[in-house]
Amino acid sequence: MTVAAQTIAVIDYGMGNLRSVSKALEHVAGGKPVVVTADPAVVAAAERVVFPGQGAMPDCMAELDARGLRAAVLAAAKDKPFLGICVGEQMLFERSDEGNVPALGVFAGQVKRFPDEKMHLPTGERLKVPHMGWNEVRQTPHALWNGIADGARFYFVHSYFVEPADPALVTGSCTYGVPFTCAVGRDNIFAVQFHPEKSARDGLQLLKNFVEWRP
Amino acid sequence: MLAKRIIPCLDVTAGRVVKGTNFVGLRDAGDPIEIARRYNEQGADEVTFLDITASSDQRDIILHIIEACAEQVFIPLTVGGGVRKVEDVRRLLNAGADKVSMNTAAVLNPDLIFDASSKVGSQCIVVAIDAKQVAPGQWHVFTHGGRNDTGLDAIEWAKKVAALGAGEILLTSMDRDGTKNGFDLALTRGVSDAVSIPVIASGGVGNLQHLADGVSEGRADAVLAASIFHFGEYTVRQAKEYMAARGIEVRL
Repeated sequence: MTVAAQTIAVIDYGMGNLRSVSKALEHVAGGKPVVVTADPAVVAAAERVVFPGQGAMPDCMAELDARGLRAAVLAAAKDKPFLGICVGEQMLFERSDEGNVPALGVFAGQVKRFPDEKMHLPTGERLKVPHMGWNEVRQTPHALWNGIADGARFYFVHSYFVEPADPALVTGSCTYGVPFTCAVGRDNIFAVQFHPEKSARDGLQLLKNFVEWRP
Repeated sequence: MLAKRIIPCLDVTAGRVVKGTNFVGLRDAGDPIEIARRYNEQGADEVTFLDITASSDQRDIILHIIEACAEQVFIPLTVGGGVRKVEDVRRLLNAGADKVSMNTAAVLNPDLIFDASSKVGSQCIVVAIDAKQVAPGQWHVFTHGGRNDTGLDAIEWAKKVAALGAGEILLTSMDRDGTKNGFDLALTRGVSDAVSIPVIASGGVGNLQHLADGVSEGRADAVLAASIFHFGEYTVRQAKEYMAARGIEVRL
């Protein structure tokens, strides 16, 4: 299959709402083609790659392998502009509490669940899990935050979050009962726990920054 | 800090948004996509579509609406109404819904909650509970638009759906729906305190104080309203400014 120049590939391994991700990318891509694909050759030929994810981590890993996409994802993460979203961020780490399955191990660190004993406010109000809704993201300077105010709110829906072994990976953090990492980056990789495709104007700005990013 | 969400709800039938009182006297409120876009511009945190189409041959209309909406409105979309099988959930998600709400089918077949959340993830599954007071401090779950008393205790049912894998509860007071007298705050608080998943309060909003009360007294994680927004009484932005002035964390 021929792949047009400047293609943005959204990796399809059967998990999550890829239509939302691809439509939001198209909205900001300035005419660059966006393809949703399960074909390793298309991923390999793309200019940049988006790795979304939704649902339970063990199911995501199983589906990724069932479709023979693990090698293509790992190769893309080596040198292409690469954006992980939600479970797509978590899968870049070594292991998750969720199902205790090994993940891709691109980054050293674990994926943890919000600790029950910390899920309340000083007022005593209970904090619900999943962490669902719009929360403030504190930024560490990075090209993908261009044009987005520090502390801007993004839409989250998750019960687990990443704990990188190397604090230098952290590009964004958030607080819900506990402080947690909600964005990581290194070289050509940027990955977020929240959903930029569902985060209105600031989310679209982040996707636009990714589409134009030259790491 | 996590913001409390304001969710405009659009009742859709035959491709149009409608609004009535207690399911009768429907008034046309406009084109669903146009309205969803307007709410997005006003700062809505999510939009919920409720398909109130009675006949199954018109069900596919909602899929086209969701598809078109997901191309233009980049905030979470929840869709409910007529969801009976895991396959229905999948079709709505594939069309662009982020969450799917189930009601009567979940009461008739609670395994549906478990099966659907196992397949697509808890975060996509909302269980809608229509509750009606039957005695002081006691509410039953009703189905079929409030006509059918299931005999289930609303708070016990809320705990059960959470245990089965629901990611969120959309709680509607049948006593208050359409009355503009405010949420049933005792019901809202009872359910919200009983479960560890988010609860959306619904039914009865007539002014902005009702929305604030739902959060501060009802302890809801999100508040849903329809008619106060559809007919231009208030914008979503005004609602948020009101809540912020009352010390409630919102996304402005």
